[in-house]
Amino acid sequence: MPDIGAQLWLLGPEIVLAVFAFGVILLDLVIKEKSVLAYLSIAAALFIMFTMFGRQGTAFGGMFLADGYGLFFNFIFLTSLCLSILVSLKYLPVERINFGEYYGLMLFATIGMMVMASAGDLIMVYLGLELMSLSVYVLAGFMRQSTRSNEAALKYFMLGAFASAFLLLGISFTYGLTGTTQISGVAQYIKDNGLAGNPVLAFTTILYVAAFGFKIAAVPFHMWAPDVYEGAPTPVTAFMSVGPKAAGFAVIGRVLTVALGPVSSEWTGLLIVLSILSMAVGNILAISQTNIKRMLAYSSIAHAGYALLGVIAGGPEGLASMMNYLLIYTFMNIGAFTVVTLLRTEGVKGEDLSDYEGLSKNHPLLSALMLLFMFSLTGIPPTAGFMGKFYLFVAAINAGYLWLTVIAVIMSAISAYFYLRVVMYMYMKEPGTVIPVQRSTAGRVALMFTGIAVLLIGVQPTGFIQMARSALAGFGI
Amino acid sequence: MNEILFGYLSFAILALSIAAITRKNPVHAVLLMIVMFFHLATMYLALGAEFLAAVQIMVYAGAIMVLFLFVVLVLNIREEEKGERFASGWPLGISLAAGLLILILIITDKVLTGRQGQFTQAVILQETHTKAIGKLLYTQYVFPFEVASLILLVAIVGAIVLAKKRLG
Amino acid sequence: MNFLEIIFRPASFDVIVQLAIMVLKVVVVVGVIMLHVTYATYFERKSIGHMQVRLGPMRTGPHGLLQPIADFVKLFFKEDIIPAAADKPIFYMAPVISIFAGMSSLAVIPFFNGFVIANINIGLLFVLAMSSLGAYGIVMAGWSSNSKYSFLGGLRSSAQVISYEIALGLSLVGVMMMAGSLNMTEIVKAQLAYPTGMFLFPQILGFFVFMVAAFAETNRTPFDLPEAESELVAGYFVEYSGMRFALFYVAEYIGMIVMSLIAITCFLGGWDGPFQIPYVPFAWVFIKLYILIFLFYWIRATVPRFRYDHLMSFGWKILIPLALFNVVLTGLLKTLNVI
Repeated sequence: MPDIGAQLWLLGPEIVLAVFAFGVILLDLVIKEKSVLAYLSIAAALFIMFTMFGRQGTAFGGMFLADGYGLFFNFIFLTSLCLSILVSLKYLPVERINFGEYYGLMLFATIGMMVMASAGDLIMVYLGLELMSLSVYVLAGFMRQSTRSNEAALKYFMLGAFASAFLLLGISFTYGLTGTTQISGVAQYIKDNGLAGNPVLAFTTILYVAAFGFKIAAVPFHMWAPDVYEGAPTPVTAFMSVGPKAAGFAVIGRVLTVALGPVSSEWTGLLIVLSILSMAVGNILAISQTNIKRMLAYSSIAHAGYALLGVIAGGPEGLASMMNYLLIYTFMNIGAFTVVTLLRTEGVKGEDLSDYEGLSKNHPLLSALMLLFMFSLTGIPPTAGFMGKFYLFVAAINAGYLWLTVIAVIMSAISAYFYLRVVMYMYMKEPGTVIPVQRSTAGRVALMFTGIAVLLIGVQPTGFIQMARSALAGFGI
Repeated sequence: MNEILFGYLSFAILALSIAAITRKNPVHAVLLMIVMFFHLATMYLALGAEFLAAVQIMVYAGAIMVLFLFVVLVLNIREEEKGERFASGWPLGISLAAGLLILILIITDKVLTGRQGQFTQAVILQETHTKAIGKLLYTQYVFPFEVASLILLVAIVGAIVLAKKRLG
Repeated sequence: MNFLEIIFRPASFDVIVQLAIMVLKVVVVVGVIMLHVTYATYFERKSIGHMQVRLGPMRTGPHGLLQPIADFVKLFFKEDIIPAAADKPIFYMAPVISIFAGMSSLAVIPFFNGFVIANINIGLLFVLAMSSLGAYGIVMAGWSSNSKYSFLGGLRSSAQVISYEIALGLSLVGVMMMAGSLNMTEIVKAQLAYPTGMFLFPQILGFFVFMVAAFAETNRTPFDLPEAESELVAGYFVEYSGMRFALFYVAEYIGMIVMSLIAITCFLGGWDGPFQIPYVPFAWVFIKLYILIFLFYWIRATVPRFRYDHLMSFGWKILIPLALFNVVLTGLLKTLNVI
């Protein structure tokens, strides 16, 4: 047994976050002003973000892998955690759900994601996934008085339970076939014993793709997404559309490309189908939506399709472009949801597309930022979204998927219709009633931060993609 | 002899599960489920997993199903029995399940067993099942064990938040 | 020896002898315990009677010694009434399950060195598993009778039993840690090897929690809310009469005896005592059993009933934390080699 202290040091980020999560839940009993808990959570996340890098190694006999890949994803999770909490600060009192447990659950969900991204064992993948999902189920149903929120939580829970069952079935088949649950061990066993082409392994692959497909909301496993995104509290939707999705991709990277790497031909085909369907269904159904949260839900389905291109392309380049895209998606999607959240005030829901009519007249800066996020989600230069897609498409073309890239580009063009419709509503329509905006400093900070990030990555894109590439050094593909 | 026992247990487990989901009276469904858990526990016993068998009874039959029963008891059984047994989408569900079953049947003869671990039946009998599991849980699997404890904590907090919180 | 292994080995003379011995053991244990149940009722009425300066049963036989038999004959010949709206199969099964849950635990209790029906490795877990089934008899009886009183009694009882089961299980963890085994015989042997001869002293906290939880598990005063007669008539078995009522009645006493036997095995040194009693190896178990049973009656005569919310908060906020503290304390003391 190696030095326990060194192993715990590798686990540092998770442990610190867990301690803070306990602290938040306990302090909730004595602290009346809940924003203190929010700032405490943000402080924890920032502290970890600045101190986590440089950890390298495996702990607990390969259960936990501290590597660049995991840390990069941790960065995504912590960023989305900070931003979502900032957005929640003024939103929770408006919805009358200003409880301290909210922040505790957010932290626990983040721990789950971090465990998933650093998992070196299929058991850890499952446990991390459950920790994340369970927290997010509760967060989705946090508005107890709202039937929509209840519906969202219940739907998410039911379908999530199905996904977990698939995952467990897949893991048990893998264990039966190889006699190990260690991710690198599975790959080694498949290679050594020539299991490629075994129908049981192919079946296992289907189960994994189905389970992870649920988590990243890829078609045909997307049915829950629109209702859940619409019903959940908006900051939770923002969090959910980014964190768990990125965590799902992190696990796909570990399980499919590493554990099932030797049989990549078996799952690539499945992922291609998933990707095309996601892009098509997501983008086309988004057109008919009038509720902006539903629209963003379909858009999130479509973006899962784009990001899958990186996994399909495979190799360090493909994975790096996928990671880079998820980071960019974090900024632009949470930015867009921040705007949606800010429109929710006492007595005004602000979720309908018509609420955006003539928004630029009353709130020019807010509208300008929304315009930026919509451009970025469409993939129009010089925004980050464009650069993200650019790297994805280049990776896919280099891997020989030119036709797939063409489909993706066409779908992006379709998506312009509904993204730019929001812009059109804001700038080219006369305002009906004046829609008030939350006076939330924290929300503005989040907005400013995401806006700057989207612009900065758009004009100076090399930083993060380099980071993603170097994170993949020693990943084992 | 072992084959006969296994055959009986698998048949009983399947029959009881089907019976449980087709009952209109939810109390009967829960009770059938408990009987099913007993068969499952016997299966574990026959496989030499005595700790698992005891925990199966304690946790599932003794705790979880009592809570289920507790909830089901306060339902209005007469109303429940009037409604349709299955949601309208059940043909789709059953065909998906049948598809999955067919896939599994196709692959069953291709299943290979991977390398064996250090815990053979003899080792477990000698060390006792409880000790073997305990040692593994607190050494090799201590990290998953701790994460599982976090999951339970989240479940508790979540249940309280969803059920008990007064509106702000 | 694994029970299933014995059954499923190719039959030989050896096996048949073993089976015969086992059956004989079962008959002896069940017979002795049933006799004890019969006279436990008499003992209860007498001792509580004297505590309240009454005489208790006096008419049937000398000092009322034949009273339990008269009661039994009466119950046996009484009409078996089943409510018209009852859910019959469940109504029939409920008392049987109650008895079964209590009786089956007897299988792993060692009465003296070497005498135990099934010497299994998971004895203690088996006991906990079986006692957790006791709730079903009560819940099913309460629900299937289709009566408000029995239903409320059943609900109260299931909530109570579930809550106190946790404390009961946790209170035994300290014993498991000290004995390093779940086998009941091994637990007694570990106590004999221990300086005090029993785990009562290092595990005094565990013993306290166990006994309180045992009172609640068996629905005895001061935790007899499921059958609070002023509120719920007789609680979950209001609608039962005749033999079926007798089964519930017997189940309650078996529960008491089983809980006492577990306490004796886990905390009080099992079959061993301060001095050897020749020719009766099981004497100490029974002496300890009578003392504990008397404790049940004594407390019934002394303490008033809890209020329901007090009962719940006592279980969750005091007993369970205490039991957890006991686990931590035991672990700490064991690491420091103090115990």
